[in-house]
Amino acid sequence: MSAALLRAAPALTVAAFGLPIAAGLLGTVLPAFGHMPAIGVDQWGLQAWQALFDHPGFATSLWLTLRIGLLATVLSVLLAVGLAGLLATRPAAARLGAWLAPVLATPHSALAIGLAFLIAPSGWLVRWVSPGLTGWALPPDATTVGHVSGLAVVACLLLKEVPYLVLMILGALNQVAAPAQLAAARALGHSAASAFLKVLLPQVWPQIRLPVFAVLAFSLSVVDVALVLGPGNPPTLAVLALRWFSAPDVQRYPQAAAAALLLLGLVAACLLAWHAADRLLARLGRRWIERGGRGGAVVPASALAAGAGLVLLALTALLLLALGLWSLAGAWRYPDALPSVWTLGNWQQQGASLAGPAANTALVALCATAVALVLTLACLENESAGGVPAKRRAGPTGNTGRTSNTGGQRSLWLLYLPLLVPQVAFLFGAQVLLVRARLDATYLAVVWTHLIFVLPYLYLSLADPWRAFDARYARTGASLGASRWRVFWRIKLPILLKPTLIACAVAFAVSVGQYLPTLFAGSGRIATLTTEAVTLASGADRRVTAVWALLQALLPLAAFVLATALHRWCFAGRRGMA
Amino acid sequence: MPMNRRTHLASLLALLSAPTISPAQTAPDWAATLAKARGQTVYFNAWAGDAQTNAFIAWAGAELQARHGVQVTHVRLKDTAEAVTRVIAEKAAGRTADGSIDLVWINGPNFLAMKQQGLLHGPVTPLLPNFQLVDTTVKRSNVIDFTTPVDGFAVPWKLAQIVFIYDSARIPNPADVPRSAEALLAWARKHPGRLTHPNPSNFLGATFLKQMLYELAPDLAAMQQPATDETFARTSAPLWAWYAQLRPLLWRGGRQFPDNGSAQRQLLNDGEIDITLSFNPAEAAVSAASGLLPPTVRSFGLRKGSIGNTSFVAIPFNAAHKEGALVLANFLLAPATQARAQDIAQMGSPNVLDLRRLGAADRALFDRLTPSAALPSAADLGPPQLEPHASWMTRVTAEWQRRTANP
Amino acid sequence: MSDVNGGALQLQAVHITLAGRVLIDHLQATVAPGDCLTLMGPSGSGKSTLLAWLAGTLDPVFQASGQARIGADALTGLPPEQRGVGILFQDDLLFPHLSVGGNLAFALPAAVRPRAVRLAQIDAALAEAGLAGMAPRDPATLSGGQRARVALMRTLLARPRALLLDEPFNKLDAQLRQDFRRFVFDHARQRALPVLLVTHDDADAQAAGGQVITLGRP
Repeated sequence: MSAALLRAAPALTVAAFGLPIAAGLLGTVLPAFGHMPAIGVDQWGLQAWQALFDHPGFATSLWLTLRIGLLATVLSVLLAVGLAGLLATRPAAARLGAWLAPVLATPHSALAIGLAFLIAPSGWLVRWVSPGLTGWALPPDATTVGHVSGLAVVACLLLKEVPYLVLMILGALNQVAAPAQLAAARALGHSAASAFLKVLLPQVWPQIRLPVFAVLAFSLSVVDVALVLGPGNPPTLAVLALRWFSAPDVQRYPQAAAAALLLLGLVAACLLAWHAADRLLARLGRRWIERGGRGGAVVPASALAAGAGLVLLALTALLLLALGLWSLAGAWRYPDALPSVWTLGNWQQQGASLAGPAANTALVALCATAVALVLTLACLENESAGGVPAKRRAGPTGNTGRTSNTGGQRSLWLLYLPLLVPQVAFLFGAQVLLVRARLDATYLAVVWTHLIFVLPYLYLSLADPWRAFDARYARTGASLGASRWRVFWRIKLPILLKPTLIACAVAFAVSVGQYLPTLFAGSGRIATLTTEAVTLASGADRRVTAVWALLQALLPLAAFVLATALHRWCFAGRRGMA
Repeated sequence: MPMNRRTHLASLLALLSAPTISPAQTAPDWAATLAKARGQTVYFNAWAGDAQTNAFIAWAGAELQARHGVQVTHVRLKDTAEAVTRVIAEKAAGRTADGSIDLVWINGPNFLAMKQQGLLHGPVTPLLPNFQLVDTTVKRSNVIDFTTPVDGFAVPWKLAQIVFIYDSARIPNPADVPRSAEALLAWARKHPGRLTHPNPSNFLGATFLKQMLYELAPDLAAMQQPATDETFARTSAPLWAWYAQLRPLLWRGGRQFPDNGSAQRQLLNDGEIDITLSFNPAEAAVSAASGLLPPTVRSFGLRKGSIGNTSFVAIPFNAAHKEGALVLANFLLAPATQARAQDIAQMGSPNVLDLRRLGAADRALFDRLTPSAALPSAADLGPPQLEPHASWMTRVTAEWQRRTANP
Repeated sequence: MSDVNGGALQLQAVHITLAGRVLIDHLQATVAPGDCLTLMGPSGSGKSTLLAWLAGTLDPVFQASGQARIGADALTGLPPEQRGVGILFQDDLLFPHLSVGGNLAFALPAAVRPRAVRLAQIDAALAEAGLAGMAPRDPATLSGGQRARVALMRTLLARPRALLLDEPFNKLDAQLRQDFRRFVFDHARQRALPVLLVTHDDADAQAAGGQVITLGRP
């Protein structure tokens, strides 16, 4: 593998998604300030912004967006820490970790639809106790779904964000001699919870900082969950922007662009604020650690957080079950706790139109994952080959204590850009770019657009295990006469096969769940399971929606199962590889 | 797109022809169009939220393939605006030919927007032999859309008319069914929280407000003209007074509204409300047949009449397969197709044709349709009222948003 | 800073097996305060397993029975953090995210207040170890021997009632090994702590000067 090619990898990677994002943003910035000849708007100025601020309910939308974004992030961090602490300190509970992956495979929109059915006043939870325990012959006129506080949206976001952060924390813990440090801390008299919070968490915190940023950005700019569970009048800023982008009155486009840009600014501001708060928290945290407390209040607090985390997992299982029941239901009215008419017809009917979208989804996901994998491995290999010196992230004392770094290349920040910029802010501009290049409605365009979002997740999942690879293996291989390429192919990759396969499964799941990118890049010609699911969901037939939601989740789940099985098959009988 | 002399002459001939001339004799260009369309693939962009419509489009595609060798690909949309956005993007990128959309199912405000922006190819109706059969006198919405003449830039496909649906298990006595604005208010007082309407940013929701405006407005004629601040304030005052009384009695206290008609239909099925509305008069029958609503649902129309409009199919200015699109549009107007579309076992949507212009055999097709107790009778619905000028809808929606923004 | 914790470490009928294979066979031992019991044996003979059992962090795959006491207090049944048993491992396991002073502060009981008193005790402990003024230092910048000493001071600051040493001298070179060994035993004696030393080095056993038990008879 030529060193020159490797050195080009980071630049190539950044270009692969940097260009579309930049072009897309341009395509949003220009209309926001009055330049969009296609609809006859060509007057530079702030009229679009004025229209945005004057829109009735704008302030409410803004506060709602902030509330949902910050609350979801804070709660998901707290619950993830609690749950991760439970899993890391209690070996019996570690088996629960295996259930986290299927939750991540389920797309947000499917979870939203399931949750909406679960918690609605005419929903499943109420149906179990009505009219028997509650006496409600008709559903009560209370608001859960679409409550103005946005709590329903927060709940749905937590369902996926908590497992994601838990997996990130546990993954980072693998790189730190966790059990030994835990034993040492407990020998000093600290409870398990206190040991986790004061010893292990600070060491892995730098590595979950970026995932938390991604969670924050997503919570602020989420669209499909807010559409299903959020208040409609007024909605969040992202939904508002989307509504105006889709309005029949095309004169609303500049306003929509302005809203999308405002959302981008909001995300940036929140990230900065979080960063500052993080710094403050680090300083306060150090004081707290050095006070030597053995964890009086910490134990019940972590137990509460862990408990809440478990409740979330139970909710997810419940709503997936509800979706399953709906997919088999012929008729299911309030207050029946189970469908009154069962049928396989839903699956049969949808099965006919299944093959095309399923094939498209798998094809696009495989291609995007493959390209992302090659780019990621090239970047990581370049890094370990010394192409770019590994940067150390400064911990509280200026050192993370690990000989391999957690900072990595500077381009890591850029890699996160697709996760931090709201999709709605740049996809329209990107579509114009694609059309101009005559690339729209091609598989290439869709794969490329998916690649933008798949790359960060793949890199994130793979970087730490890759960097933690014991360099002595490679050195031994070299001393035995193997070339760089041979060391990579025959030593490094096989040893790191498990994290690589899992990372690929994650990337696959991300690609399957993409909606707006497929829509814009594919010009509607390329139907995937997700576009079909969202489109059919607009017809509000829960039976059809449930079938497609489950199908959407099945493919990534299969990827996860395949990844684990493949690894086990490859290395059956090698206990050191488990 | 400028018409060339030949097409102009052809359309003149078509217009001058007596109504009883059979379609096959007009427009000699039609044979040429058919020949050119053979082998093309038409990308038909249509909202796909309804399984029935999707199945119908699939059937139409199969027929077209068999008869004319034209392949139809149903590009599924969540929202018609997606197609509008795409055409705009293509125009912005300078693509004036080989566009990705050949035919789009469009109505009302979306159509207006496209026509005004010059995004449509046309006029096309003179080119279609079956357009002869379309009713342009009684079903005026086929040629006038929101007081703007269609001018042949879109081809009528199906009719829509506002109809209300209720569950007869909840309202057993048909006499109790509210059939006017005042009756709705009185009914809501007796059953708070059991009535709602879609969010007016959705076409159906806005049409509900327009319908109530028709019910309460002192001067209907004013709404066929563009709205001014003065006329709007005067005409809509009774509406807002009525709505202010109604709002607290609505579902969720009038603070939350379903996103669209389908979502509201689901509320009816869930038992959260008792009355819903739809653009498709056969909605109750079709939904009951497919299990989306209980079999006890019935339809009713308001006593004073209900707003009706037409759904069109239109060809974007840069469509790559215009001939194939024309063939499909023409096929959709064929009597057999329209009769099949109207059957509640298929879509249940009313036809756009003038039945008097049909031969006896074709007319008989419309007598053999599946009956249903949930279908409204023609007497029940009455003739459709025309949509008001587009500016009224914009203003009503904006005013509603202003009044309900802060609960 | 001598502190009489009181109580001898008693092991009664300690029996540990793994999947049928006996590792510790009905061990009976008593270690008086200030004394050192040395456990010797080849690798895999269960020495570290016994220490893990004493500390309360034994992996559930093992089956263990028996009683351990310090003075009159039973250890078995208590969670690790309540046993008051200090451990020194082969690796110093200084927490990399805290400074040297921070590591020591972490171990110092919260009852010691206010902050000034805590800092004073930490500085005193460092001075005792010959590392005066190193509180703000990053542990990674210290030499192996210095880190080992900090690790011991950290363990002692937590006021343990017994001390377990799991081959803590292994990673040190011969001279450092001698010095650190003397350092550990001096402090243990000073605080009258019963010490349990696990090692495979005879020199360590001799320096400990107490009873020697050899494990791992097949």
